[in-house]
Amino acid sequence: MSGNIWVLAEHWRGHVSDITFELLVLGKELAGGLGCPLEAVLLGHGAKGLAGELGAAQSVLSVDHPSLAEPNPEAYATALAVLLQEHKPRALLVPLSNVSADVLGILPARLRVPLANFCKDVGVVDGGLQATCLVYGGKMETTVSVPGSTVVLGILPGSRAAAEGRVAGSPSVVDVALQLPAEGRVRFESYVEPAAGDIDITQQTVLVSVGRGIQTQDNIELAEELAGLLGGAVSASRPVIDQGWLPLTRQVGKSGATVKPKLYLAAGISGAPEHVEGMKGAETILAINMDAQAPIFAVAHYGVVGDVVELLPLITDAVKAKKG
Amino acid sequence: MAHATTAPSETPAQVTLENLFETPRGRDLLTCIQCGLCAGTCPYGEVIEWAPRRIISMLREGQIEEVFASDSLLACVTCYACMAKCSRGLRLTEVLLPLVKEQIFVRLPEVPAELQKALSNTLRYGNPQGESARKRAAWAASAGVPIRVLPQDPRPVDVLWFVECYTSFHPRGQDNCRATAKVLHALGVDFAILGHEEKCAGECARLAGETGLFETLTDQNMKVLGKYQFNRLVTSGAHAYDAFLHGYQAAGLKVPVEHTTPFFAARLDALKPLLTKKLGYTVTYHDACVLGRHNGFFEEPRRLLGAIPGVKLVEMTHNRVNSICCGGGGGGMWLDTFYKAKGYERLADRRVKEAVATGADVLAVSCPYEVSRFEDSLKVLGFDKKMVVRDVVELLAEALGS
Amino acid sequence: MNILVLMKMVPDIVEELEVGPDGKSLDPEFQRPIVSERDEHALEQALLLKERCGGTVTALALDTQDADDVLFTALAKGCDRAVKVAGIDGPLATTEVASLLAKVIPAVPGLAPSDLILTGCWAIDDLDGMVGPLLAERLGMPYLGIVTGVGAKAGEGRVTVAKEYSGGVRGEFGVTLPAVLGIQASEKPPRYVPVAKVRATMKSGKIDSVPAAAPDEASQISILQMKKPEAAGRAEMLEGGPEEVAAKVLDLLSARGLV
Repeated sequence: MSGNIWVLAEHWRGHVSDITFELLVLGKELAGGLGCPLEAVLLGHGAKGLAGELGAAQSVLSVDHPSLAEPNPEAYATALAVLLQEHKPRALLVPLSNVSADVLGILPARLRVPLANFCKDVGVVDGGLQATCLVYGGKMETTVSVPGSTVVLGILPGSRAAAEGRVAGSPSVVDVALQLPAEGRVRFESYVEPAAGDIDITQQTVLVSVGRGIQTQDNIELAEELAGLLGGAVSASRPVIDQGWLPLTRQVGKSGATVKPKLYLAAGISGAPEHVEGMKGAETILAINMDAQAPIFAVAHYGVVGDVVELLPLITDAVKAKKG
Repeated sequence: MAHATTAPSETPAQVTLENLFETPRGRDLLTCIQCGLCAGTCPYGEVIEWAPRRIISMLREGQIEEVFASDSLLACVTCYACMAKCSRGLRLTEVLLPLVKEQIFVRLPEVPAELQKALSNTLRYGNPQGESARKRAAWAASAGVPIRVLPQDPRPVDVLWFVECYTSFHPRGQDNCRATAKVLHALGVDFAILGHEEKCAGECARLAGETGLFETLTDQNMKVLGKYQFNRLVTSGAHAYDAFLHGYQAAGLKVPVEHTTPFFAARLDALKPLLTKKLGYTVTYHDACVLGRHNGFFEEPRRLLGAIPGVKLVEMTHNRVNSICCGGGGGGMWLDTFYKAKGYERLADRRVKEAVATGADVLAVSCPYEVSRFEDSLKVLGFDKKMVVRDVVELLAEALGS
Repeated sequence: MNILVLMKMVPDIVEELEVGPDGKSLDPEFQRPIVSERDEHALEQALLLKERCGGTVTALALDTQDADDVLFTALAKGCDRAVKVAGIDGPLATTEVASLLAKVIPAVPGLAPSDLILTGCWAIDDLDGMVGPLLAERLGMPYLGIVTGVGAKAGEGRVTVAKEYSGGVRGEFGVTLPAVLGIQASEKPPRYVPVAKVRATMKSGKIDSVPAAAPDEASQISILQMKKPEAAGRAEMLEGGPEEVAAKVLDLLSARGLV
């Protein structure tokens, strides 16, 4: 029984995800609070080289197996279940991301251990683990206690600063050989890239981003005009993309891109966590929303309670007038 | 030229396609002489494949299914123009078009997204905007005059003022209802609102083809209305007025129903002395389809405007019964994206060009849809510095000087 | 292909949310449950699959407030059958729901085996887990979530599933049936069904009622407190009428060298 703090080191297509570093920072705090080591779990095939980036952890458990070449949730869950049963860590921190979310769901079910989901923070209180979790689209925060000798925690992006987790170092790497089935009931086949020819929103200095508040596909023109004047482009939150009003390549958020423009104008976006994680790093965030209680105002630098359909043209006019 | 006004009892409430020809108004349709005045007067006559005369022709031939399979009548904004001009006085927009639009709606393979959202929101939240019902009376806090909300104070009242959705939630609509409250207060009217218990009257949902939604809303509103005692129902919503006058009276609403514009016009003797502030505007009045063509209230808004000191009235080319619809009725309010995709010109753009041509500063209206639609057109066409849109009641409130 | 769609009711966040007197849960006053948005997508995906490959779609929900409306609407949209699990005593955590369903589903006549069980991949109140993977484990089925497309050919015993990553990239997976899929978005937006059709279905359709079983498992986390999040750094709000605000925004943009 190790009782250690483990972080699932998420990596995708050859890169360690930013959120992994955030989890290492959080994990280190928890390990310190409990007086135990922090270990990273690296699953993959030919990915062992990434261990060098995980210096924030004391050691890295590396499992290399063909079935783990891509983040196949079934294969990952199988491997993790074996590891957890054998080593019994105190907690496994799993990123809440598209890559790792399924594992987060399957693993506690398989092991019948507690899961706390949507954690924006975790702390040690009286020797036990307490998590602060965001529910109801970010509108409420619950504090939960997570008792048990082995628990799984789903951590939201943004819990800590990734930069602090990027520690160069040489953690000791432990190769773990696991007997895993060559193929399971879920088989990765291929990646499908988005249609080419559209712009790369991650490269824009200005993004005018539209959400449900834009109301109609027609009104997106209002955003396009302003974005054009400011030398930027239009992006969107999930509901607009789901409607087919803009292509997938324009999506910001958990299933879309993470953007860090100089200006992010959130036009009619409520600010649910899945969206916020994709844009909170923007230098200046201006949010316009009809709802004064919209969670976006917590992450924005500037806010306006108003109707984007009314305000976008007025802002466009003001910009045009200034430009002369 | 037949000018159709309808007494409440004449409009059949439960006409279906099956019993259509058993009802007097339904049988009348068969007397169509195929003159084509309907198609000629329709503002979207160039794009609507099935003008009323062609629909009647197909009905006679037993080929109505072909009409139901077409989506071109989504462009019918139920402006009552065809009915007003029909040489036989047939109840086209009252009887024929809603039935046909309903059949088209239920057969649509995909309901255009914006319309779908408006209808789903109306069913769930009682307003097409999808706002919480709890916020429906939020505007009242800044009205500047006391507003009685019946759920909180259920004593009997003289006037139950049914505010409606765009007036309650849209910022420009809220300007309208704050103005209305001021004028009601200035006249010493004993009035109250339903607050969060009020739901959309559903007339435009009905005329888009969602009759089931209209029935559900009628049931809900009638239950709420049944809780309170009031002598008359006055509404700011022109379409709501039609709903109360016809659909709701058929469902058992017993009190007289009025729209705010004619209601104030009837009290002009008391109101005129209170209009003390001089407004130096040249105003052109746009006749709302429901108030004007459908219910004959052409002179009332003009009398109100004429009573405001300093207001000069000019007429557009198409005025009174010839007014050109803003495009908001019959579902049009939520089909702009659909119309754009089909390349249709916006009716509001057409109308606004006429308004600007009069040289007026103010385009006066009396239906909540018109405000946002015309303001949008003014902006798009670049006329928004030349002309503003004001509801007649906003101008009255401004002239009250308080 | 026989598809089972699991639908659940969640608080509607369009309404103002307040914490209830116990300090740990929502104040039920003013709360009106709404069907979980991802579950609507799951239903739509199931109906699309039925249109493409034939078979049946059954919608299932716990008999909680307003679930009848949701189930009748599902029938009106084209489901072949609607089932509600009755005798639920108070709110259940996701772990308990999954445990309960794992016992009930195999026992419902004509329901099992389903080729596919579809449900939303997450819901706004999934504090202690997601029902899809929990149920899959108990039923011994594979699970894949964050699904945005399902390709199936009748009778092949497997489906191709599109899973969403970031930046518009999708992963294609082959999944052996029977399986549980957690739907993120259906291939087309959820369809509209006229109110008259729903009302007619309420009169002519029926919802099968099956008794709940006691869950074997309970949520292992305990809620200590619920509150509205304090915005760590609240936005500086720009006040004024629309033109005033537009001018302030212009100042903001100019100050940053963007105009």
